Amino acid sequence: MNNLLRKFYYGDILGEAPASSGAQQSDRQTWPLWEVFVRSKQGLDHKHVGSLHAADAKMAIENARDVYTRRNEGVSIWVVESTQIHASNPDEAASLYDPANDKVYRHPTFYDLPDELSHI
Amino acid sequence: MNQEEIFQQKVDTEVRIEPKDWMPDKYRQTLIRQISQHAHSEIVGMLPEGNWISRAPTLQRKAILIAKVQDEAGHGLYLYSAAETLGISRDEMIAQLHSGKAKYSSIFNYPTTTWADMGAIGWLVDGAAIMNQVPLCRTSYGPYARGMVRICKEESFHQRQGFEILLVLSKGTDEQKAMCQDAINRWWWPSMMMFGPKDDESPNTQQSMKWKVKRFTNDELRQRFVDICAEQIKILGMNIPDSDLKWNAEKKHYDFGQINWEEFWNVVSGNGPCNKERLDARVKAHEEGAWVREAANAFAEKQKQRAHKNSVAA
Ligand SMILES: [Fe+2]
Ligand SMILES: [Fe+2]
Repeated sequence: MNNLLRKFYYGDILGEAPASSGAQQSDRQTWPLWEVFVRSKQGLDHKHVGSLHAADAKMAIENARDVYTRRNEGVSIWVVESTQIHASNPDEAASLYDPANDKVYRHPTFYDLPDELSHI
Repeated sequence: MNQEEIFQQKVDTEVRIEPKDWMPDKYRQTLIRQISQHAHSEIVGMLPEGNWISRAPTLQRKAILIAKVQDEAGHGLYLYSAAETLGISRDEMIAQLHSGKAKYSSIFNYPTTTWADMGAIGWLVDGAAIMNQVPLCRTSYGPYARGMVRICKEESFHQRQGFEILLVLSKGTDEQKAMCQDAINRWWWPSMMMFGPKDDESPNTQQSMKWKVKRFTNDELRQRFVDICAEQIKILGMNIPDSDLKWNAEKKHYDFGQINWEEFWNVVSGNGPCNKERLDARVKAHEEGAWVREAANAFAEKQKQRAHKNSVAA
């Protein structure tokens, strides 16, 4: 079963152009994969909820409504073709996020101020 | 630490594994098998209940049953999409189901012969599924755990509507009462088998527990199921078809009788009452839907080309 795996996690298909870039579109049999983001109520961000297959964006939104919002889970849906999402590499997480850790002065608790001081 | 040790440390400290993280190949394969099998079960699981949609006794029961079956389709989709993050394609999973290479829960290879079966399935089959699924909300693989959270939220309506169907029947005419007991008699043992083989005959359990792909053993979950159902059935005034079922004050659990493992393995290996019927129905639906998939693709392609032409012209 191993050899059947194409490791296309969220977009970064190694050595392949994004599916929407024309040429390979016509000979593709299956509907492309879309990532779905739902805003649960006005005032909140859209949040990733999962993915689904659909022939185009319109169908992706309709399917997302049926699959991910059957119980008023959302008021707005975004869909993005999965191949269009690029992700940071988890193996580089240490070097990518470490520089932030030694800048403690970015946090308000770094500053030692007298207790009498108020409204600050 | 090597990659495998880092991985295990994350699992041990309850840090979820995400799609792009390094993971042992065996972990990936185990998850693909488990999640896709689970997805197939949700999808095939629509068939026995779908059988009663057109014959539900009232319009409200019909609407409820449609909503439940639609939920199961959704569960299948959440799970397929979780499995896809591991690098297997949807087509490949469907092909494995249709060729018989992939398994689904054997419970769906039993027929639904009366309306009371809709009650027994909701109460017992969804009940057993919930017992299995709740711990999986904390499983080590992020997309799987998130899918399970979504599923578990929806499952409780399934079990409650099932119990309510049985409750109404249990207060009905003698004929309805008999129907209720008959459905429980037929679904009890297959539901008990849903937890899988006994622990000492389940060779993968230990590794799965270490990876936190599984949180409790088959026997632990089965015991919990028995303890709960043995109390719930009192409200129905019905009987569980097991003469050995008895409260054990010392163990603080119910003792129960022997499961017919021969039947279990027989159904798993394809010889259950409805194995062929279920697969045939799936394959037929897939093949008869092929033109829709192709037409939608052709339409999307045409729209795209038209948009491209317009943007060039502009
Ligand atoms: Fe389900
Ligand atoms: Fe269910």
